[in-house]
Amino acid sequence: MAVMQRIKKPTTRKGKKVLLAKAPKPIEGPKQCIFLQGRNPSERTRKLLKDIYDLKKPDAAYLSRKNDFVPFEDATIIEKMCDKKDAALFGVGSHSKKRPHNIILGRTFNYNVLDLIELGAENFKSMSEFQNMKVLAGLKPCLLFNGPAWDLNLDLKRLRSLFIDFFHREKVDTIRLQGLEHALSFTATDDGMIYLRSYRILLKKSGQRTPRIELDEIGPSIDFKLRRTKLAADDLYKEACRVPKESKQGTKKNISRDAFGSKLGRIHIGKQDIGKLQTRKMKGLKKTPEERKQMLLKKKAKAKE
Amino acid sequence: MDIVNEILLNEQKKAEKYKPITVDKHLDLEFDVGTLLAFDSNDVDTKLLKSDKDVYLQSLTRDNTQLLLNKIWELPTERIDEAIVVRLPLPTTVLPRAKPVPKPRPLTKWQEFAKAKGITKKKKDKLQWDEQLQKWVPLYGFRKAAAEKEKNWLIEVPQNMDPMTDMYEKKASEKSEKVAKNELQRLKNIARARKVKIPRVGLPVTSDKASATQLATAATVAKASTASLGKFQDKLPKEKEARGKGVHELIPGKERKRRAPIPTPQAERENNLNLLDTILNKRPKIDMDKAVAKHIHNEQAMRSEEKKNLKPSKGKRKGKGNSTNFSAKKPKAGRGQRNPSKKTPGRKRR
Repeated sequence: MAVMQRIKKPTTRKGKKVLLAKAPKPIEGPKQCIFLQGRNPSERTRKLLKDIYDLKKPDAAYLSRKNDFVPFEDATIIEKMCDKKDAALFGVGSHSKKRPHNIILGRTFNYNVLDLIELGAENFKSMSEFQNMKVLAGLKPCLLFNGPAWDLNLDLKRLRSLFIDFFHREKVDTIRLQGLEHALSFTATDDGMIYLRSYRILLKKSGQRTPRIELDEIGPSIDFKLRRTKLAADDLYKEACRVPKESKQGTKKNISRDAFGSKLGRIHIGKQDIGKLQTRKMKGLKKTPEERKQMLLKKKAKAKE
Repeated sequence: MDIVNEILLNEQKKAEKYKPITVDKHLDLEFDVGTLLAFDSNDVDTKLLKSDKDVYLQSLTRDNTQLLLNKIWELPTERIDEAIVVRLPLPTTVLPRAKPVPKPRPLTKWQEFAKAKGITKKKKDKLQWDEQLQKWVPLYGFRKAAAEKEKNWLIEVPQNMDPMTDMYEKKASEKSEKVAKNELQRLKNIARARKVKIPRVGLPVTSDKASATQLATAATVAKASTASLGKFQDKLPKEKEARGKGVHELIPGKERKRRAPIPTPQAERENNLNLLDTILNKRPKIDMDKAVAKHIHNEQAMRSEEKKNLKPSKGKRKGKGNSTNFSAKKPKAGRGQRNPSKKTPGRKRR
């Protein structure tokens, strides 16, 4: 354990638990997120970050103090705050004439910035503007990415992975069928616009087992414009995506099921020399001494030739 | 036939009441049911997008959500605590981690030994039955100290020890020694894991420069680290060997000759008389340096006394009570004039 490798051991049990929680684990829990204010944040950016914070509760922290920094040049403030709060995702809001209503979303790896993507919020409708019943906090949402652009552009590929990281909450084994209430859709067009919409799923009767889906927009509704990006190098990204051996599930080979549902297995046997196989001894088939002699003579004759 | 047709018509009417759950798409969507993710690579209709953005997006999302949920409803369901639950497959999208994968730690010295010997950990219960006290005694934690005190209300002093030793103090000091030894071994394990080199004897160097004793220890250990244990290593003229804990064992050939067992009474008498002779007949050894230094000091003290007596003391000097009169100057080694008539070479040592 990393805690035991420290020269100065933690004196309290609580301190030890805190250190263990911060230590790297083979299988990680949900990523924590922090929201900061950058240089001159506007009302829109503040509201936007607050809305995303509401979507991400309780795995998020909203910091309201204004920090005068430019993330693209100097990311040390972000790294420090992430280190303090033990967060891997962050969002920074700022506003200037050149870049109005600027949102920078990003993630860290090992307390160093991995990806930084700058988006401009052109249209924004906050959750409070939609007057209807909202979704419970903490639900795992359905994520939908529309448009072929997500796969064609490298920036958008990373942005897609970043959005999934941001909103997918945590990995679950089972999900309650009634609990599928939230849907987030991200639509990308060729001119660099990304439309984020958030809906509530209503399950209606359809006469069959699978229900008919109706959607009710709950907000927020944001039109993003992709601005600058600062992505991690390929090898660093690969290093970050490395999966530890323990969590990889070994595929079960040579087992199949036939049409009737019975389990079939396949056994591979090495090459066999049929002549030297050990079988049952049948006394009647045993060679008599005369027969053996004759066989020997035959062999000798053959060898001479 | 009519009945059959009637039933079929009824079913059709029923089905028509409900809206369809199937969706037609040019390209099939890519699903990752494990993360509830669907990716639609069909082209986005820009005309509709421009005209009726929100309506178009809602309908598009509705279609895709329908397809995703159809997929989810195909999965096997279970019933856990009055809720119908679906077991999701493993997610296929690879997301970057927050922290790197933890590296496997190297085993400590004890762990390696236990592995080699096949020793496994046996879990001990907190409470242990104590025969002496006839009750359950905790092995650690709350009320362990009280139980220990009860058990050791009296500690006998064994025969071979001084009857005046404080056994409780001895026990406490032994315990503190054990704790210190454990701490040392823990630090050694950490040093081995981090591949930091620690000297065999003495403490490791903390500042960037080693102290004189540390250097002497290092030199002594190095000298004894040859194949013939340092027997043929030359020594500098004034080099002193290091002394201290652990170094003595390393210096080879330093075993003291054990004295022979008590000899016969005549031999013992003779030994003792010889000893007395050597003590009493001893001529005093003259340390030349010390003698000369003392002589000079005496001369200078006398001279300063004379000087004081010559000069009448000009009034009483107030204040500065402790003005010590250092008339004897410290002899200078390199600075100052060299006096060839002086017999002592170099710097005087006191």
